[in-house]
Amino acid sequence: MRQSVRAAAAISVLALLAAGCGTKSAAGGGGSSSPSPKSGASAFTACMVTDTGGIDDRSFNASSWQGVQQAEGNGITGKYLQSTSPSDYTPNINQFLGQKCGIIVTVGFLMGDATQTAAKGHPSQKFAIVDFTYPKPLKNVDALLFNTVQDGFLGGYLAAGMSKTHKVATFGGQKLPTVTIYMDGFWDGVQYYNAKHHTNVKVLGWNEKTQNGNFTGDFTNQSKGQQLTQTFISEGADIVFPVAGNVGLGAAKAVQQADQSGQNVNMLWVDTDGCVSAPQYCKYFISSVTKGIQTAVKTAVTAAHNGSFKGGNYVGTLTNGGVGLAPFHDFASKVPASLKAELNQVKTGIENGSIKTATKSPV
Amino acid sequence: MTEQGGVGGSAPRASTDPGGTEPGRPPFGKVIIQAIIQGNSVVVTVAAFAAAIVIGGLLIAFTDPVVLHAWSQFTAAPGNAFAQAWDSAAGAYAAMFEGAIINPHTVASALQYNSISAAFQTGSVSAIFDPLSETAVNATPLIFAGLSVALAFRAGLFNIGGTSQFIGGALLATWLGFGVPLPLVLHAIVVLIGAFAGGAAIGWVVGALKAWTGAHEVIVTIMLNYVMIYLLSWLLGTSAMQRPGRADLITPFIDGNAQLPHLAGPSLRINASFLIALAAAAGVWWLLQRSTIGFEFRSVGANPRAARTAGMSVTGSWVLVMTIAGGLAGLAASAVVQGTDHTLTFQSYGTYGIDAITVALLGRARPLGTVLAALLFGALHAGGVAMQGLTQTPVDIVTVIQALIVMFIAAPPLVRAMFRLRGARAAGPEQALAKGWNG
Repeated sequence: MRQSVRAAAAISVLALLAAGCGTKSAAGGGGSSSPSPKSGASAFTACMVTDTGGIDDRSFNASSWQGVQQAEGNGITGKYLQSTSPSDYTPNINQFLGQKCGIIVTVGFLMGDATQTAAKGHPSQKFAIVDFTYPKPLKNVDALLFNTVQDGFLGGYLAAGMSKTHKVATFGGQKLPTVTIYMDGFWDGVQYYNAKHHTNVKVLGWNEKTQNGNFTGDFTNQSKGQQLTQTFISEGADIVFPVAGNVGLGAAKAVQQADQSGQNVNMLWVDTDGCVSAPQYCKYFISSVTKGIQTAVKTAVTAAHNGSFKGGNYVGTLTNGGVGLAPFHDFASKVPASLKAELNQVKTGIENGSIKTATKSPV
Repeated sequence: MTEQGGVGGSAPRASTDPGGTEPGRPPFGKVIIQAIIQGNSVVVTVAAFAAAIVIGGLLIAFTDPVVLHAWSQFTAAPGNAFAQAWDSAAGAYAAMFEGAIINPHTVASALQYNSISAAFQTGSVSAIFDPLSETAVNATPLIFAGLSVALAFRAGLFNIGGTSQFIGGALLATWLGFGVPLPLVLHAIVVLIGAFAGGAAIGWVVGALKAWTGAHEVIVTIMLNYVMIYLLSWLLGTSAMQRPGRADLITPFIDGNAQLPHLAGPSLRINASFLIALAAAAGVWWLLQRSTIGFEFRSVGANPRAARTAGMSVTGSWVLVMTIAGGLAGLAASAVVQGTDHTLTFQSYGTYGIDAITVALLGRARPLGTVLAALLFGALHAGGVAMQGLTQTPVDIVTVIQALIVMFIAAPPLVRAMFRLRGARAAGPEQALAKGWNG
């Protein structure tokens, strides 16, 4: 009994200490929490809310954050809030609404509703949303969408041209429009190559006509990506195109293992230039099918800062540089010059509309 | 609970360990969980929280680049190194406090107005209560799901299936919410019942499989989680559930009539779901402590053989308790769908099902304890948003603090050693089991 009395006393001392530091720091922390500008009147904060993938997802959250960081300087500072579930979207946006941010960047179509509500409730606050457009464009929201069926098409054409086994594979993280649009483009690109070269390169993992294919179920579980890629390789695919964020790293691991056991397997990375975001696997990346989230977010932030912010919908295409194939890096010498020339022709064809890139996902 | 603490604290281990010789000894995992729930006093819980806060503070300080830079010049300015570390951790915790309990600045700005009505009209009064509202909103689904785990545990069952029961409730509730037009009040009640029924159906499957086939509820609930997650993804893509004009997996908004009303004006997110959660906790307390069914649940949980010998239906209790537990987890979905989000996506289940286990453990599988633990986690989560928003401390630190609390709770010998506490704080009918692990 005496023991527990002593323990209780110790605890209450601890509690008092904690209470003491609480009041002290509440006063001290006041400076950091008040939104009053620290360095002159031109302080402009770009505030970003991630979706559940988190800031290090090597995909659209990471790209958006890089865009914010690139815009930093000249009176712009960036900060972010991470969402752990869809229920966090509204409180996270509210947190930034209370901080008088210059622009609030929300990442991902899942935040479409929360962003719309906040934008309508605060018409003078500027927003940007990545991977989403509104049927009726909002004046204070820059909605950034990317027509990745176009560079997915180029990726499919490149993969078909590079495949020795005449089998290529793709898979997604989840069956979402921003994922399947890439896979549609990849499928179309392979079919176009077949028609042009009278070959029969097969696509494993996706069929545009039935809209059915392989998905790992999330964007985080790398071992599922590794497993699925091993299956594709054992079925004879020698080029794999994962559209699954971090899960793609599992695919890269499977490709590495196959390579070490003497097979000739390579892959395409997605969203960002793989040789930059996952350089350890660069020698397996023929190229990357990218979308220019970074540039688009950076443009939106700087526009909000210098007063040229317009709002409304923006669609990134091959023509405006919003989407495109990354450099070949290690494969610069391995991709035949004829194939490179054909890719340029296809790109021009897509740009001038002579090659149709159909997709069932909205653009 | 501390007054029970001294009971048999120093008794020799062998003489108080009948579990070791009993043929029907429960599995090791159950013994550990029993020990966690029965063997920890409030003092240990508070001490674990304090230890987690201190370690969390060290983590905050020493992942901050400013602090690391100050420490790299420790020999030149040792005072500055300590000051920077203190400022970093204290600033983060202060922001957390402001986001979870009360922010002095909102009070100050409300006091600037001459009249109370002016302060109300500008919304500065509601701004004062925003942190508490956020804490309650974040706690609500955890109260429901935590009660679900706690109730099942009192009958001796591990409910790892909060996720699947949440999804079951969410699917039925959302469908009733947007698909069935009903008048005000009635619609909200029907959707609420739907959330309970959807979760209860999944819980019933678990209980029935255990009662009739002997399938272990841990395996069944974990597997059902996967089944329900994929069912959710598939259903949200069908024309019956998918919002027209959207290609991603999201349902239409539920009717305004089906939404639960805000309790303190539209600018605060706190809604009637919080009151329903408190009522549910009271209901679970009554069920366990005052009803015959609850007595049977507890008897089955304490010793199924004795309960059977006493003429109780063990299998019947399993089915019933899992059905009610599933319904409670389904109500967590109501808190999200009817209370805050008003729509359902393929990620809406979040981590409530897993967090609920932690909440129930921290709350020692008692209704009041579960409510308090859920409020603590709600406050940590609400505070985490402010902490990251103001000081850019990664919100993951909140998860780390939660994990540390649970780790310290789950390792009472470690905490006792750290704080010089002695003896098992076991009490109640499960005392022998608790001793079996605790010594």
